[in-house]
Amino acid sequence: MIILFGVFLLALLVITALAIVRSESLFAAVILTGIFSLLMAANFFLLDAADVALTEAAIGAGISTVLFLGALALTGEHERGIATNRLLALGVVSITTLLVIYATFDKPRLGDPDAPVQQHVGPWYLEKTAELIDIPNAVTAVLGSFRGYDTLGEVFVVFTAGIGVLFLLSARTGWRPEDIEGVHAPEQGLRHYLVPRVVGRMLIPFIFLFGLYVQFHGDYGPGGGFQAGAIVASSVILYALLEGEKRALEALPMRVLQWLVAGGALLYGAVGVAGMLLGGNFLDYSVLASDPIAGQHIGIILIELGVGITVTGVLLCVFHAFAARGKV
Amino acid sequence: MELLGLVYYWVFAILLMIGFYAVIAKPNLIKKLIGLSIFQAAVFLLYITMGKIDGGTAPILQDGVTLYSNPLPQVLILTAIVVGISTTALGLGIVVRINEEYGSIEEHEIQERDRQ
Repeated sequence: MIILFGVFLLALLVITALAIVRSESLFAAVILTGIFSLLMAANFFLLDAADVALTEAAIGAGISTVLFLGALALTGEHERGIATNRLLALGVVSITTLLVIYATFDKPRLGDPDAPVQQHVGPWYLEKTAELIDIPNAVTAVLGSFRGYDTLGEVFVVFTAGIGVLFLLSARTGWRPEDIEGVHAPEQGLRHYLVPRVVGRMLIPFIFLFGLYVQFHGDYGPGGGFQAGAIVASSVILYALLEGEKRALEALPMRVLQWLVAGGALLYGAVGVAGMLLGGNFLDYSVLASDPIAGQHIGIILIELGVGITVTGVLLCVFHAFAARGKV
Repeated sequence: MELLGLVYYWVFAILLMIGFYAVIAKPNLIKKLIGLSIFQAAVFLLYITMGKIDGGTAPILQDGVTLYSNPLPQVLILTAIVVGISTTALGLGIVVRINEEYGSIEEHEIQERDRQ
């Protein structure tokens, strides 16, 4: 029964993807992308990936749509050009699709317990999570502790991308991130629309609270810094949409956001260095407390906090950079 | 039933190529970026599909459950989603700058301006 539901969702995914590519209005395409992400999140959930589903729903359906709309507002809503070399592209794409589908016949079937992917480190992580780290969520354990290096790298990629966006969008016009505060007229946002304003105002504190819950409950249930960062950022973005950029920047000035971007990544790195100073390896949390398992708990909470802070900071900086660009 | 287990992989192939088509055939730069994110989502689907195990449940340990899906692909994809949005934002930043310098985000118009 579940697999039939999965096939139904997959069919919807393909239809949505086709509609996105065919649509000539970029606005419609972006909104469809949000639906596409939500369907993808439902699929991830069916495939037992609760953490990934949460991330995809918060980022793909929420923040990504807002960023694309922000870029559209600066560029234009309609495609003007017609596809070049359409037949050639269609030919290449169809042949490759058939080749990849042909290749899938060699793949193990969905859910096959003897598949190679289920034989190596996967079972080891599940077994050792209870023994070495003793938190229920194996995804958080692998993310924070077993593969802490990977996650540190990812956080720095997010950090670098955020710096890159600020750098690109502050070029030439002499605009500096600190100046955003000054350039806005007070008449902004949806303040004059009663329904979005009332409903939005009621939702914002709960979204924020849910973000904090996801952040600090990530050891026990689906959640963690990446998801929480996106959820907290989306609550501030909703505030900015309703009340205007100016109010949002008064609440969380650009200077603070820049400190968040760097501070989260630094906190993560500092936890690693603290492990070294206490006589362990880089990112070895066992030495952070007298009991290795308590040390692991402290380490994971701290690095997840670092991840959450950086992700919130980067997403909000990027949002404000796009929003401010139109006003300069 | 045997073939039903492969449907996820077929959809992966189809979504991958729908995204790729948008990247190579559509002249609009934002459309290309949307195509790239569909391409990316297809890869996410492939990874998560591989981690699923029959009769398993989400890898959150609890009493009385012995079979869990593989947590490793989930970890990789979870971080990849966040990195994906950051790089997409960087791409959008570049598109906005191109629009300011060239007055267009259509590939052929930009190339025309370059030839002048």
